[in-house]
Order: sequence, then structure tokens, then C-alpha cells
Amino acid sequence: MTVTRESGFADIPALFRRMTGDEKHEWAAASTLDVLWVLYDRVLDVSPDRVDDPDRDRFLLSKGHGPMAYYAVLAAKGYLEPSTLDTWTAWDSPLGQHPDRVLVKGVEISSGSLGHGLPIAVGTALGLRLQGRAARTFVLVGDAELDEGSNHEAIALAGRLGLDRLVTVVVDNESGTHGWPGGVAKRFEVEGWQASTVDGRDHDALHEAFTQQHEGPLAVVAKIRKGDW
Amino acid sequence: MSMRQVFVDTVEDVMRHDPRVAVVIAEISRDVFTPQERLINVGIREQALVSVGSGLALSGMRPVVHTYAPFLVERPFEQIKLDFGHQDVGGVLVSIGGSYDDPVWGRTHQAPGDVALFDTLPGWTVRVPGHPDEVGPIVRDALARDDRIYIRLSLRENESPHPVVEGFTELRRGRQGVVVAVGPMLDKVLEATRDVDVTVLYATTVRPFDAAGLQAAVDRADQADVLLVEPYLEGTSAHLAAEALADVPHRLRSLGVRRDAELRAYGTAEDHDSAHDLDVLGIAAAVRRMFGHPAAAA
Repeated sequence: MTVTRESGFADIPALFRRMTGDEKHEWAAASTLDVLWVLYDRVLDVSPDRVDDPDRDRFLLSKGHGPMAYYAVLAAKGYLEPSTLDTWTAWDSPLGQHPDRVLVKGVEISSGSLGHGLPIAVGTALGLRLQGRAARTFVLVGDAELDEGSNHEAIALAGRLGLDRLVTVVVDNESGTHGWPGGVAKRFEVEGWQASTVDGRDHDALHEAFTQQHEGPLAVVAKIRKGDW
Repeated sequence: MSMRQVFVDTVEDVMRHDPRVAVVIAEISRDVFTPQERLINVGIREQALVSVGSGLALSGMRPVVHTYAPFLVERPFEQIKLDFGHQDVGGVLVSIGGSYDDPVWGRTHQAPGDVALFDTLPGWTVRVPGHPDEVGPIVRDALARDDRIYIRLSLRENESPHPVVEGFTELRRGRQGVVVAVGPMLDKVLEATRDVDVTVLYATTVRPFDAAGLQAAVDRADQADVLLVEPYLEGTSAHLAAEALADVPHRLRSLGVRRDAELRAYGTAEDHDSAHDLDVLGIAAAVRRMFGHPAAAA
């Protein structure tokens, strides 16, 4: 299927409504939306016509639940025909409540179960480095997802391996039950990551954080205040 | 030379000319491998071990993921299910330790349920060599492919190797029924069936299960009586043998590591063999019960 028209951020609410109906605030409430938009619009070296290019950047959505923002951005960027959104989660739709890389063009990992994306991203970044490729690997996790022990294995490992083309985006809406004293960024910093914390709704701040000069792996904590729309 | 040493030597040999191959380990066997860029020791991080292997595959490489069986298969099982199967990428998982290679460590180092766990996931090939000389061809084949393969190495081994093939190998032909011996169980099965007129099939590839090979052997015998002898959990392949013989009235019996008790005992692997009736005496007793014995028939 050829998708010819590329949309802008202003089209996102309409794309969202194709999945959620008339709910006015749903799109604005999606905690990952601005991060996803800035990545796909301004940061990632990817496009729908080179989803198999070994030198493309990789974006791994580890936080696979609530994928409407992801699907909306993929539709806006030409990976999905917008009409596909109309039947999402139906039997024969490729779009589920968790994305499936086998079913959706441009989706790098099938996700939903927490604690998988970050360790997979470490392997992907490592593999790209071993093959001498300059491609970067971005992975998006939630702050509560950091509870999973597998993520702590991956954070320590990536720091020790010095994976400087790995970027973890933590969308932090303070969902974790027991929290992270001192802030999420600190957990990464002690393991040798460079980390910064920015307003998760501020596109310029996100862009600057994603593209900052850094040594070793980079963590960007995108703070989202619940009810902030 | 041990199966593990042959595995390591073979992988290192292939790595010299195949830049796709990378090895991920979690401390276990770190002193057996020669350090190099494509050998990644993740430390004692078994979940990351498997997921890193998946990420390597997603980046276009052929990962070999290796550690002791319980830490490779049981602890990170969801990683195996989702990060290889659900991502639909390939990899070669290689375990050592078998069901109870070194029982002084107790339950923590025993994984008799590993193959049964793989049976809950579609698309995995499972290979169980019975001799170190069979390990080289199995590993070379696995590295040259793109799919998902589990190779189960053990310290338990047969006296001599057999040519590595995909299906079952007929080592003896008889009239009274069929005994399937998996990997390292072969020598004990041959000894236990020495005076009994049965067909003995040898298997190093257990998934996919050679249904056609079993059917053909059963067709040639006078009775559709089948005894499965496996080095892991009792009856692991019983559902596949039953399926293979679904259209034939048959009897099926399974020997393997018992399911009904956790043996809180140390000792030697041979002690555990006899506790599970997996020594020659135990297997021979099961063979007599199933196929009759010249002495019993007299």
C-alpha cells in the first residue's frame, strides 16, 4: 500500500479520533505522544521506504501498551494508511493493543510485556556496533517499567559496554508504586550513562536532549505531569 | 574432549570466517572461550543474556546464547518466548549441565524440564547430541541457518558417535516393538535391550519429532509397542509419539527423569540415574515389562 501524504502534528488529534472516537482529551493525554513526534519528525534517520535498510536508526517502543500515539505518529509519517486506524484491535487488523513487528511496517519490536525493550535495544546497539554501522538505537520505556529487574541488568550492561549510540527515553509520569528516590536520571548516571531530564511536552527541549553531545549511552527522562493537558 | 569444548572450538572456527556469528555468555564457560570482540560476557544477567541475543539477531547477526541449562531456559523463559519467538528472529541457544550432570549442586543446577518448556513454544528445533563428535556437525548446521535452535549438551555421553541426521537412525531391527533412545541414553538402551527382539531408534534431533521414522519402524514390527527413553523429563515426547501413532492401536511407555518428586539428594549422576530408573537395570526392567523377556516367557 502506498501512502502519499505526510501529515503534521496538527493532524494527530484527527488520527487519534479514528481509534478513540470523540474523546476530546485522549490524544493530549497520551504521555508518549510528544516524545514520539519529536523522534519521528526531527531525530530519527528513518522513513517508510527503507524499513529494511541496515543503516536506518532503530526505534524500539518497549512501553507497548496504550499504543495509539505510536500508531497515530506512524500514520502521520506514512508507515500506515490512516484508514487502518479505523478498525484497530479488530480480528483482522494489524493494529493491536500491543504492537506486533510482524504485522506493522516500521515497527521494530513486538512489545507489551514490560522489561524486554531495553535489553533488546542493548543487543541491537551492540550488533550494529559490531557490524560497524553508525545507526543509533532509541528505546522508549516508562518509569514504572523500570521496576523490572531485566531493565537494571540492561542499564548496567550498556553503561559498562559504553554503547554510545544507544538512547533510552524514559517517559516519567511517576507511575511507579515505590518511586525512584533522587529521580530516574540518577539510576542511569551511576551506571555510566549521561542523563538529562526535560519537560516531556516541550518539543524543542526534547529535541535538544535527544541530540546533545554525549559519551557512553544517553538517557533522556521526559517528565509528564498527569492531567497536564 | 567434552561436548562443551567441541562446541566452543566449533563456534570459534566458524567465527573466523562468518562475521555474522556473535556469542553471548553469562560468566559460565568464560574461561573456555578465547576473548574476542564478538564474545560478549554480560555478567550474571540471564534475562539480559537472552534479550541481548535477540537484539543481535534483530541487527542482522547470528547469536549464540550459552549458559547452564536452568539459567538459559528456566530463569529467562519469557525472554525466550517473546524476544526470539514473538519477534520472529532466530538464534542458537546452547545449554550445558543437562538434567543432572553434576548433582552435588542440587536442584538449582538441574533442568530436566528444559525440552518440555520448549514444547510450549512453536518453531524451535531441539538437538540432543549423544557424543562429542556429534556436536561439531550439529553446531555448524545451526550456525549456518537462520531459525531458532536449542542444543542440549551434557557430560553424559555414549561410547561412540553416530552420523548426525535430521530424523531417527535405526541401529537395530526387531519384531516385538520399538525403543527410541535420545542422545546420551543410547548406550544404556542398547545394553538393556541386548537380548530382546526390538528395533532401536537413535535420536539427536527431537524437535521436529521424526513421526514418519517412528511410524515406519512401528509398521515393520509385529506389535505397535513403543518405549521412549529420554534424558529429560519423563514423557516429554509422549504427546508427539502418540500423535504419530494416532491411527494405530498402540502401547506407549516413557522413561525419563521422574516428575513426581524433587530428589533432595546429591551424589553422582549415576546415583540419580538409578533413582530415576534410568540406569541399565531400570531400563531393562521396563523393557521386560513391555516386550516380555525370554526368561519371563519361559
